[in-house]
Amino acid sequence: MSEFKVAPANAPVGVKLLTWVDNRFPASKLWKEHLSEYYAPKNFNFWYFFGSLALLVLVIQIVTGIFLVMHYKPDAAQAFASVEYIMRDVPWGWLVRYMHSTGASAFFIVVYLHMFRGFLYGSYRKPRELVWIFGCAIFLCLMGEAFMGYLLPWGQMSYWGAQVIVNLFSAIPFVGPDLSLMIRGDYVVSDATLNRFFSFHVIAIPLILLGLVVAHVIALHEVGSNNPDGIEIKEKKDANGIPLDGIPFHPYYSVHDMVGVAGFLILFSAVVFFAPEMGGYFLESNNFIPADSLKTPLHIAPVWYFTPFYSMLRATTDDMLVVFRVLVAVAALLALWKGRFSALGKGVIIVASLVVLTGIGLFKFTGIPALAGCDAKFWGVLVMGGSVVILFFMPWLDQSPVKSIRYRPGWHKAVYAVFVVVFLVLGYLGIEPPDPLKTALSQVGTVLYFGFFLLMPWWSQMGTFKPVPDRVVFHAH
Amino acid sequence: MSESVVVHDGVDESKRTWIAITCGAGAVAVGATAVPFVSTFAPSERAKAAGAAVEVDIADLKIGEKKTVEWRGQPVWIVRRTPEQVAALSKDTAELADPDSKRNPDEQTPPYARNEHRSIKPEVLVVVGICTHLGCSPGDKFTAGAQPSLPADWPGGWLCPCHGSTFDLAGRVFKNKPAPDNLRVPPHMFLSDTRLLIGEDKKA
Repeated sequence: MSEFKVAPANAPVGVKLLTWVDNRFPASKLWKEHLSEYYAPKNFNFWYFFGSLALLVLVIQIVTGIFLVMHYKPDAAQAFASVEYIMRDVPWGWLVRYMHSTGASAFFIVVYLHMFRGFLYGSYRKPRELVWIFGCAIFLCLMGEAFMGYLLPWGQMSYWGAQVIVNLFSAIPFVGPDLSLMIRGDYVVSDATLNRFFSFHVIAIPLILLGLVVAHVIALHEVGSNNPDGIEIKEKKDANGIPLDGIPFHPYYSVHDMVGVAGFLILFSAVVFFAPEMGGYFLESNNFIPADSLKTPLHIAPVWYFTPFYSMLRATTDDMLVVFRVLVAVAALLALWKGRFSALGKGVIIVASLVVLTGIGLFKFTGIPALAGCDAKFWGVLVMGGSVVILFFMPWLDQSPVKSIRYRPGWHKAVYAVFVVVFLVLGYLGIEPPDPLKTALSQVGTVLYFGFFLLMPWWSQMGTFKPVPDRVVFHAH
Repeated sequence: MSESVVVHDGVDESKRTWIAITCGAGAVAVGATAVPFVSTFAPSERAKAAGAAVEVDIADLKIGEKKTVEWRGQPVWIVRRTPEQVAALSKDTAELADPDSKRNPDEQTPPYARNEHRSIKPEVLVVVGICTHLGCSPGDKFTAGAQPSLPADWPGGWLCPCHGSTFDLAGRVFKNKPAPDNLRVPPHMFLSDTRLLIGEDKKA
């Protein structure tokens, strides 16, 4: 505990009050540590807007959400009508609701760009592994939050989207069917499901989300921000122990971020006022029809931010399992041939690959039930889950000697470009109705997506790296 | 009492035991408290009771038409197939994943429907209209022949809009599609020639 401070007798009331508070709560200390004396690298660029923008969108979602709950009814018989009531009868209700629905899409745009910044500059690398992991957990929470929130308007897309995603869990061997029953609380998606999703959407997940955001920021401020050069500014400090290339977050970046906020709000308002449905991508047209448990809309697709992962789910057919068998076998043989493992290590590789291959149905032809393996539905779920979970491992998958893309070989940029294109194409395919050509395309995309991550330990080390400067590259305006 | 106390480096070992026991007991209590909370996720008594059987009059169901009724919140389809459609059911077996309904028969197909037409009366099909993949309700594609999203030799049946699984007019799933099982035939029985009871089958 710090010493009890006494303000001078002639100090202004404000100073006396702050001294009184500081003796009981670390107000000034927190302000300094996280704002006025938090030294961030001076060479932040455009990509560094998205962290503070994500925080802004979080605030927008919480505030608009609080007001929506005042009018919304979490009841299967009333939910759809209560949303229409908010849109038509509640004064300015349409604005609050459009801000919330647009905010959901904006959140994912901002978070995807924020994560891509991490990819570009190696922001997940040592010592920022936990910053990244907390961030990935936030992303998972956001996906859950978006999925459960989407059921609440109780439209056709809400209903059948929830039906499909909850049924994904039933693909898990042994516990699956009971698990999806416990999630729904009924034999079909029903009032019970709507009520519990409402509870999770407005209470449980936001609480976890806020906790994770605090952890994300505390971890970041402990290690300090990365920068476009991927250099540790703490290695070069002045006589006072302040990083030579650091500037206080407040006022420099608080003001800087205001520019980002203004730009963001212009775009956000444009969508809210002129294109809140965004041509069916932010609010799907089928969701303007009340949920009907007897009829699935002829074309159902998740909201755009889930479609890359959904494409990979759909790509996992029986044919795809054959591809997986070949890939796993090749990987295991390469590991045995090239990898320098002990006899025990080789044994582990052989046993593990045989277990996986059995699971993917390599020995299905024998007709022995125990060797039949799991069906494509289960692997599809695993592939979709794995495509998100793999992000958590980025700090260890990337073995490049430099952090920032600026000092990596030119062809690494091409690899990143291919990855971005694959992600966007998978996203497009997930919106489209299934057909053989598109399924084949999404299968190629799935292999490339996982190849990018799983082969990263090798490709990220290859090529000629450029020398990294001692100090950050900065040109004053 | 004091001589029995074993002290190592200022740590009272005898207290360690009690701390471990207390923590263990606390963990058991927390686990036990979690049970009622987790149990609330299960279907309520009201949800369980809502599964009553549904009686349907099919006197007005014309040949080639489909009727949908709700049973346990799910769509149940009753189709009066044409004689040609029934005859066609024996021709497409090579392209079906499970033509004889052998996979999970206890869940998917009651004994009285384990035949080629998967029904009690050859022309009247009763199936739950929920795809066995991820639970969407497939759309009617009764007209045979080539059409978008379907093969050229399409015999008539259903196409699931979600992931493209196809079923023939006996609710049997085609090969290499995401759905693993045939459409479920619910327990059902004829109360009279035109009155169906869905949800119950007196095995007499």
